[in-house]
Amino acid sequence: MGVLWFWLVGCMIVAYVVLDGFDLGTGILHLYVAQNEGERRMVVQSIGPVWDGNEVWLLAGGGTLYFAFPWLYASAFSGFYLPLMIVLWLLMVRGITLELRNHIELGVWRALLDGLFGLSSTLLAIFLGAALANVIRGVPLQADGYFFLPLWTNWQPGVHPGVLDWYTVLGGLLACAALAMHGALWLSVKTTGAVESRVIRIVPVLWGSVAVLTLVSLPATMRVQPATLVNYNHYPITYIIPLGVALCLSGALIFHRKRQALRAFGCSSGYLALMLVGACWGLFPTLLPATTGADRSIRLEDAISSPYTLHVGLLWWIFGIGLAALYFSISYWMFRGKVRSESMHG
Amino acid sequence: METGCRSGLVVASRGGGDEESNMNAEVMHRIQFAFTVTFHYLFPQLTMGLALLIVVLKTVALRTGDEHWNQAARFWARIFGINFVFGVVTGIPMEFEFGTNWAQFSRMTGGVIGQPLAMEGTFSFFLESAFLGLFLYGEKRLSRVWHWLSAVLVFLGSWLSGYFIIVTDAWMQHPVAYQINGRGQFEITSFVGLLTNPWAILQYMHNMCGAVITGAFVMAATGAFYLLEDRWHGFARIYLRVGIVAGVLASIAIIFPTGDLHGKYLARHQPASIAAMEGLFHTEKGAGLVLMGQPDENTGQIDNPIVVNSVLSFLIYGTTKAEVTGLDAFPRDQWPTTLPLLFYAYHIMAGLGTYFAAVMMLAAFLLWRDKLWTSRWMLWALLLSFPLPYIANTAGWMTAEIGRQPWLVYGLMRTGLGFSATVSASNTLFTLLGFMGMYALLAILFVVLIYREISNGPTPVSTTQNALAH
Repeated sequence: MGVLWFWLVGCMIVAYVVLDGFDLGTGILHLYVAQNEGERRMVVQSIGPVWDGNEVWLLAGGGTLYFAFPWLYASAFSGFYLPLMIVLWLLMVRGITLELRNHIELGVWRALLDGLFGLSSTLLAIFLGAALANVIRGVPLQADGYFFLPLWTNWQPGVHPGVLDWYTVLGGLLACAALAMHGALWLSVKTTGAVESRVIRIVPVLWGSVAVLTLVSLPATMRVQPATLVNYNHYPITYIIPLGVALCLSGALIFHRKRQALRAFGCSSGYLALMLVGACWGLFPTLLPATTGADRSIRLEDAISSPYTLHVGLLWWIFGIGLAALYFSISYWMFRGKVRSESMHG
Repeated sequence: METGCRSGLVVASRGGGDEESNMNAEVMHRIQFAFTVTFHYLFPQLTMGLALLIVVLKTVALRTGDEHWNQAARFWARIFGINFVFGVVTGIPMEFEFGTNWAQFSRMTGGVIGQPLAMEGTFSFFLESAFLGLFLYGEKRLSRVWHWLSAVLVFLGSWLSGYFIIVTDAWMQHPVAYQINGRGQFEITSFVGLLTNPWAILQYMHNMCGAVITGAFVMAATGAFYLLEDRWHGFARIYLRVGIVAGVLASIAIIFPTGDLHGKYLARHQPASIAAMEGLFHTEKGAGLVLMGQPDENTGQIDNPIVVNSVLSFLIYGTTKAEVTGLDAFPRDQWPTTLPLLFYAYHIMAGLGTYFAAVMMLAAFLLWRDKLWTSRWMLWALLLSFPLPYIANTAGWMTAEIGRQPWLVYGLMRTGLGFSATVSASNTLFTLLGFMGMYALLAILFVVLIYREISNGPTPVSTTQNALAH
């Protein structure tokens, strides 16, 4: 049961990154790909009806983590206190600026909002990547199962690292590049005209940086957290995951060259999903490794909730996520295809 | 089992710092959570109230085919959209703060209250966000019935969300269906028991009436504003009608039966809270109701009280002779902390609740006699009253949450044992100040945006059709 919930929470994180990923990526790129009001409007409309729903995966995933692994939730959230607060503020700035631009006509104000929207999207992508890298690297768990991380120390992963060190910064940059590419491929599905042609030009550049950063991140991960290979070596068949990563990444560029935008977007979704699955598999069954000694790591069997909780949880979870999938299908189907020009609220 | 747990939790050691700095940290964590949740709830109360009223407008539009009602709904959908986003962005921190600021509490109770919180995301937020996107952006793409249905589903999502949050709070107020495992953690023994906690049902009905009152006053005040400004007469009358009818029903229901039942249940299960709310320091037969006064914790007296004899006994037990337990029956360390604040909050809530029923019944009477449109004094009263439901809802929640003190989980886990020991008082103060600055900015933005929507007003039918043609 615990193993199942590990992967269910993993799936919700994947859903969050793949879905909110493209609207974060859109935010990262929008100042460049859309250069006048009409173009900006098109770009914002491509995510307008869906971004809020995408962000719900973060809340639903967080809630699921909370009840399935309360100790992990408690320890990680209090330990990453300051970076999480920054993430919260960024999420607020991003949500507000995105919605506000529909309501404010004045040029200068709109430019300010657009700038803040781009900046907060970029920083969020970096922070999310760095957060994941922190979980892979491990944190200085104390004997009572808690920790508190400073934002940075000497930029080296070690027994007492900071939230930011060279490894987590690398993770942040990789996330930023990958989500920008993901967003670009989304925009090439949704947009037309000058925006589309700028997007098409920028994809290969982004793809190149994603490829390089991915290649660098693999040996870096092995060096920082050698334990990630244990599961792979124990079950060599699972090397199919990194293989899939490589295939999806290549596929994204190949389909993009063929102008098959939807398939290219699918490949980049696959890339993001498999990168996360690969990381989860590397950690399993540890949930949060300790830099202060493996015996302090938070492991699945220590942190899992009671069987009854998980059992009931599974019943409503399947039902609820089934419904959510239905709503998402309806919503994405209604807004399928290229963005049509129409004003909000009819 | 309960006793075993209690001592287990009390013994549990807290890392870091001496007694005093722990105290400061506890206060900081409490203030930050209280501040962020109070600011947050300014938005959902309108979201939930308006969601219902928009369904009413859309239903009339669908049944009568009168485009004015659709137009009226579209105006409120714009306000709803703005309000909703502010609710979302201020709501995200709430779930995070369980982990960031109340880590030990989360670790001990996550198996129980994590459940309704995760269900809120899964069952209500997905529903709400997906159909709000369709409702706000998709009117042209949807048939009339589907657009109506998306309004209904947004309403359903927002009201479900309210229920899950209240289930969470109700378990902290009145823990049911739980046991304590070997690691000292709470776990649920009955999922149905958790979701049908009687406390949750009573609190939910009472709270949702409060949300409808906020929606009703905001809608009626907007109608009154337009009539006083001599603009948009047709829309103004729709808003006043809907606002006043909903306002009368909700402001009566919030007192009787929901407030009455909730109060009696509270008196049974949290006698120390009700004694503190009512300022009853000493156990009395035929206890009087203190209408006004200032409780003094140290002398155990109410300064300058205005008391109605025997009424409190009657309200709680249905007879004027009944004995009501006073605070003197409880050890001092089980009294709600910040007692005067609790007393004031409760009295403000109850006083305003009475005022709402009075003003709405009077307005309904004038509406029925067809005198409302020309009674400028009544329109002024409605206009000026719109901030009051916000105050009453806030005061009501303060009553509930301060009344629960000094417990996080009533009778089982003290507040001082729940916060994140690794997050120091000054780190929390830093983020509290950050939230205050951010929310000050948000508040200004919100007021500006709503002001603009209200002064632009509901666009007449023809203009919109032109806009749609573009």
